[in-house]
Amino acid sequence: MKNNYDVIVVGGGPGGSMAAWEVAKAGYSVCLLEKDRDIGYPVRCGEAIGEAALRQFVDPKDSWIASEITGTTLVAPDNTSVDIDFAKETGYILNRRIFDYDLSRYAANAGAEVYTKSYVKGLIIEDDFIKGVKLDYLGEPKEIRANIVIGADGLASRIGRAAGIRTQVRMKDMESGLQYSASNVDVPINKMIMYVGSNHAPGGYLWIFPKGNKFANIGIGIDGKASQHKSAKAYLDEFMDANFPNAAILTTMCGGVPCPTPMKSPIKNGLMLVGDAAHLINPVTGGGIAPAMKSGMISGQIASEAIKNNDYSEQFLSKYVKRVFKEFGNNHERLYRIKEVIHKLTDDELNGIAIKVKKIDPLKRSLGSVFKTAVYKKPSLILDVVRIFAGF
Amino acid sequence: MITIKDNRCDFCAACITVCPPDCIEVRESSIKIIEEECIDCDLCVYICPIDVLEQTNEK
Ligand SMILES: Cc1cc2nc3c(=O)[nH]c(=O)nc-3n(C[C@H](O)[C@H](O)[C@H](O)COP(=O)(O)OP(=O)(O)OC[C@H]3O[C@@H](n4cnc5c(N)ncnc54)[C@H](O)[C@@H]3O)c2cc1C
Ligand code: SF4
Ligand code: SF4
Repeated sequence: MKNNYDVIVVGGGPGGSMAAWEVAKAGYSVCLLEKDRDIGYPVRCGEAIGEAALRQFVDPKDSWIASEITGTTLVAPDNTSVDIDFAKETGYILNRRIFDYDLSRYAANAGAEVYTKSYVKGLIIEDDFIKGVKLDYLGEPKEIRANIVIGADGLASRIGRAAGIRTQVRMKDMESGLQYSASNVDVPINKMIMYVGSNHAPGGYLWIFPKGNKFANIGIGIDGKASQHKSAKAYLDEFMDANFPNAAILTTMCGGVPCPTPMKSPIKNGLMLVGDAAHLINPVTGGGIAPAMKSGMISGQIASEAIKNNDYSEQFLSKYVKRVFKEFGNNHERLYRIKEVIHKLTDDELNGIAIKVKKIDPLKRSLGSVFKTAVYKKPSLILDVVRIFAGF
Repeated sequence: MITIKDNRCDFCAACITVCPPDCIEVRESSIKIIEEECIDCDLCVYICPIDVLEQTNEK
């Protein structure tokens, strides 16, 4: 590890690897620092991503893909279920252990230096500019310098807080999550199943994402208000006992999903936050892989521009924020408004929506039609739904 | 005072995300609460998916 780089990236998730890859491709020196002993492990994720969303960055490799998803089944509180086939889009359930690892290898092969066992504990700040990081590398304290630091350190973003950015998430916007990767569960191989309602997962949903061969990610996210009264584990265990008493749970994983609106200003002089660190998760689905990759990629491009212009000011880096909002941040704000309405629906209302959608011809049913039905109480949101789901 | 109940913690950092004074430190396989900074708001207790944290003040 050198003492100086053009760019330092903190965090080896999809956001960090994309950022480092992009900077390395542009020919600048960059190091990627990951606190854990492994890139891509533990996997704190349901591993679902849209095919098109993934293809905008890379051609998927077979080894990344556990299963191909062609539709979803939504299950209402009274267990009325509605099947929706994806018309154009297909989805994947990934093997993120392999996928995240490969992304960091792409970055490394382009010239990025990747270090694991590197816990970043603080920032070097001089004259109001972030100038590098303080870390424990293999347990030894060290300081390294750069004109740009990219904080891709996930939901709790130490980096953001050290820079004075408000990263705390309100309880109602925070999902408390738990997932079992379970074997001996007989589920359809190409359908994601999602359960909603206060009995299944208040303020969130419970998912079954199949990974083939009677194996699946079965997880839950409930909002912080609900988890005050009963833990995510209690809900998920009840579900498992009722539905899969013979499942073998091979992995248990906890995780939080921040689902507020995107941060308005995830930047400081010499710093950009990307992915979960900047609250760039789809607030309705909790999907954050593609937004992390996109924001990581954009941050890497803007970092290269900043180096070329020798301008690391917050003002210059605001280009990053503008592009993120244009490409998906504005949509996330719309999705947040939709989420607010959906989370207020009672179980009876959710059951009613399921029955209504079931009446739509299966060939004409789409996620867009579900959301349009779901926001009936706030017709002003129909336009938001149309904007978001135009392509579906 | 917040007590870390046993060794079940999964080091997922969900609790840090809601902690107002940012007084929880999670590393690869350790969790520490900086007691002097803790304001006993209990949010970390509520968010933990597997109930690792407990408020042990007498109320
Ligand atoms: C239960 C659950 C299910 C989910 N399911 C899905 C899903 O199905 N589909 C989807 O798209 N998204 C899902 N998500 C969200 C998705 O996992 C995240 O949005 C995505 O991983 C964000 O990528 P990232 O690169 O921003 O951060 P992360 O992937 O969280 O990576 C951050 C990295 O930074 C490291 N790090 C943190 N602090 C430091 C430090 N101080 N020094 C050095 N390194 C540090 C961490 O160890 C970690 O490796 C889910 C999340 C959870 C919790
Ligand atoms: S939320 Fe619970 S499991 Fe996660 S780090 Fe905090 S105490 Fe550990
Ligand atoms: S009780 Fe509140 S202040 Fe104390 S550690 Fe938990 S979240 Fe932080």
